[in-house]
Amino acid sequence: MSALRRLVLALAAPAAAVGFALVTSSLILLLIGSNPLVAYGDMLEHASKLETLVDILNRATPLYVSGIAVAIAFRMNLFNIGVEGQFLLAFLVAAHAGSLVSLPAALHIAFILVVAMSVGAAYAGAAGVLKVTRGVNEVISTIMLNAIAVSGLVAWLIKEWQAGGSIGTGTTTRVGTAPIDESGLLPDLNGVLELVTRDLRPGKELTGVLVLALVVGVVYHVLVNRTVFGFDLRASGFNPFAARVGGVPPKRMIILAMSISGAVAGLVGMAELMQSGYFPSNPIQGLGYAGIAVALLGRNHPVGIAFGALIFAFLDVSSGVLQFSGAAPREIVVIMQGVIILAAVVAYEMAHRARNREEARSAAAALHEARAEA
Amino acid sequence: MPYAIELTGITKRFPGVVANEQVSLAVEVGEIHAICGENGAGKSTLMKILYGMQPADEGAIRVFDKEVHLGSPTDAIAAGIGMVHQHFMLADQLTVLENVILGAEPTRSAGRIDFARARAHLREVGQAYGLTVDPDDRVETLEVGERQRVEIIKVLFRGARILILDEPTAVLVPQEVEELFRNLRGLKSAGTTIIFIDHKLDEVLEVADTITVLRQGRSVATVKPGDVTAPDLAELMIGSELPTAQTIGVTVTDEVALEVKGLTVVEEDGRVVVDDVSLRVRRGEVLGIAGVEGNGQAELIAAIIGTAAATAGTILFLGEDVTHATVRHRREAGIGYIPHDRHREGLLLQAPLWESAALGHQTRAPFAKGLFVDRAGARERTEWVRREFDVRTPSVEVATHALSGGNQQKLIVGRELAAEPAVLLAAHPTRGIDVGAQAAVWDDMRAARAAGLATLLVSADLDELIGLSDTIAVMMRGRLVAMLDPATLTARELGAHMTGAGVRGDSR
Repeated sequence: MSALRRLVLALAAPAAAVGFALVTSSLILLLIGSNPLVAYGDMLEHASKLETLVDILNRATPLYVSGIAVAIAFRMNLFNIGVEGQFLLAFLVAAHAGSLVSLPAALHIAFILVVAMSVGAAYAGAAGVLKVTRGVNEVISTIMLNAIAVSGLVAWLIKEWQAGGSIGTGTTTRVGTAPIDESGLLPDLNGVLELVTRDLRPGKELTGVLVLALVVGVVYHVLVNRTVFGFDLRASGFNPFAARVGGVPPKRMIILAMSISGAVAGLVGMAELMQSGYFPSNPIQGLGYAGIAVALLGRNHPVGIAFGALIFAFLDVSSGVLQFSGAAPREIVVIMQGVIILAAVVAYEMAHRARNREEARSAAAALHEARAEA
Repeated sequence: MPYAIELTGITKRFPGVVANEQVSLAVEVGEIHAICGENGAGKSTLMKILYGMQPADEGAIRVFDKEVHLGSPTDAIAAGIGMVHQHFMLADQLTVLENVILGAEPTRSAGRIDFARARAHLREVGQAYGLTVDPDDRVETLEVGERQRVEIIKVLFRGARILILDEPTAVLVPQEVEELFRNLRGLKSAGTTIIFIDHKLDEVLEVADTITVLRQGRSVATVKPGDVTAPDLAELMIGSELPTAQTIGVTVTDEVALEVKGLTVVEEDGRVVVDDVSLRVRRGEVLGIAGVEGNGQAELIAAIIGTAAATAGTILFLGEDVTHATVRHRREAGIGYIPHDRHREGLLLQAPLWESAALGHQTRAPFAKGLFVDRAGARERTEWVRREFDVRTPSVEVATHALSGGNQQKLIVGRELAAEPAVLLAAHPTRGIDVGAQAAVWDDMRAARAAGLATLLVSADLDELIGLSDTIAVMMRGRLVAMLDPATLTARELGAHMTGAGVRGDSR
């Protein structure tokens, strides 16, 4: 099978999923008396503005990191449902730890990142340890750990570490952890963006964590697809029994895969922390769960996940404009996200079968030729 | 004589290949009709068509003189056709009775299962066909032969008058095979028609009334067993003479490559599965392990490769104590492994071929450079294996599952031998592959033996064991109970040893 054909098959599935989601949402919009064309028009027009694009990228950044975190575990057939808890806990602890120290910029940032990754790794690693020592399914344990983290640890620690007041020179008051020194924040990318476009409206910032997210994507690709460790990881995902007799230590791999997944999950909150400098008392939620959807949509592929994150971010950001323009209820974007995921699962399976059939066909043909020659 | 089944002009095309081409087959009522052919000759496809699992592209099927359309196994069962699959489809935790009625439960009011009626019906079926099983035994406690009997009863219970058996002897020892054949003759005298797929020629000649040979999707001959010999049949099947497993010359050296001393493996539930086993394999030697499946052979191999922990005893590899070494260490040190189940332990079915070829060797050249995968090196090595071991595939990039079983097995054998191990653990190296691939694997193993490889061979194929081994150890209930010289041993004698019937070689 040619590389081109492989690519077409790979792209046809997500395209079909998005198309199907468009049709479904259109029907729903028609049913409730909205004009889908007007709604989509509003969404696209809004998204074509530079400021909205910045919003989309800012939103896509943590989604992408979250998707990569989920994907690492997925490659080993582990379901890390716990990115939500891992990232919130890591976010909070890193915010607190970062506010306690004063270091040169590079070190300060590195310190915060290491704390976040360590917390995420430890929290996810716990689920891995439970699995290999006690046989607890990681889906169950990570869901439980989410509950413990979100409504337990985070709710308690935020009270302990809370410091009110205002930040910077602004008059806005906020409630959350004590602010991190300027040295611990990543500079925004407005300068880079403005080189190629126009000046951004004041108050809009393109997050510097975007660069970090891209690095995470590249490291993910190299680690999983180019290293022996990645081979072991994927082999365990394809066939744990074969991997085991192939020398891959199964227990170690489970703990490692969960820990690395958790370490990346720990970075999800950095998009916000490195910009605002504190952990707010009402943090953004759901990024961990959205990461599962994004990884699924992106087929665990670093570029695919980027597309998935952008689509989800676009829909998230669009919900605001729909509410504003009144063209459609904003909840339609949630329906679209759900339908895209459902349709993607179906479409991927169909593409997968088509590819299998084609490969079986070519292998059988090769066998046939060899026979004919004999 | 009326026909139970008449297939005329059956053609089945899969994309790019014709699996069955104008196959015609006539099976008389009450006969045992064997279908022979290599793997890939189209036997399974033909049976799937007959059992309604796949539609034929062309051709007609008549069952008991009525043209039928079989769109699903349900249709086939309704027409009186039942199939016993090679891999048993039984629920281990349920009793024989529960398994038999599963999916065809007689019910009383409100959907309650009528166990009394089921039990009575089961007894009737058992008596009518001379098949005895205890309906209250749990399936997990049954021997392989008994499980097969449950499968047969299951099919008869549903009213089948035509029975398709897919390689029923593959999992049985000789004594169980004879028991099966007695049962089949009993079924025949009760009027059941039997279609029997096999590629062991002596068995076919023994039990069949008529033999149809398939080759490359076509029916090439229909013969009576009295008119042909095994070599004749082999020639019909593959167009050449039957390969043998015979090893030539002695290549055994004095250098011990693998030594196992007092090895004991105790399962978590306290069962002793390997009991004080000691053995030595020298360079250039093949040590065969014979035994009825489930007597500790699998666990012995697992303990040596490192996936099962040794409770006691030591394993020395080239003098090094590897009893507690990791699997990876043992593989890197030079222990090769051909698993008994290639799909479960041998391959990454969803991964490209070259990744499957790297499995077990991924930490070493040519598959790795430092911590990174050497993709070019891995592909090159896979290409080499493909050429040297005749793995038929369009490229090394196709997914592993696309290859036929024989080619997958050749890939595993090639991958292991290419790494030039000092010791090879070969568990059923030719199970379920066709005669051509089998001959190739035997050749490869012989060549490696001549080059100094120490092989520990576990096999259920007694001819293979006798043919390839320099010494045969018989394993029973976890112990090595006899050491035999294959030069003076027949398959029948070996079978007797395996079942504990003693040295005189007669189990009856």
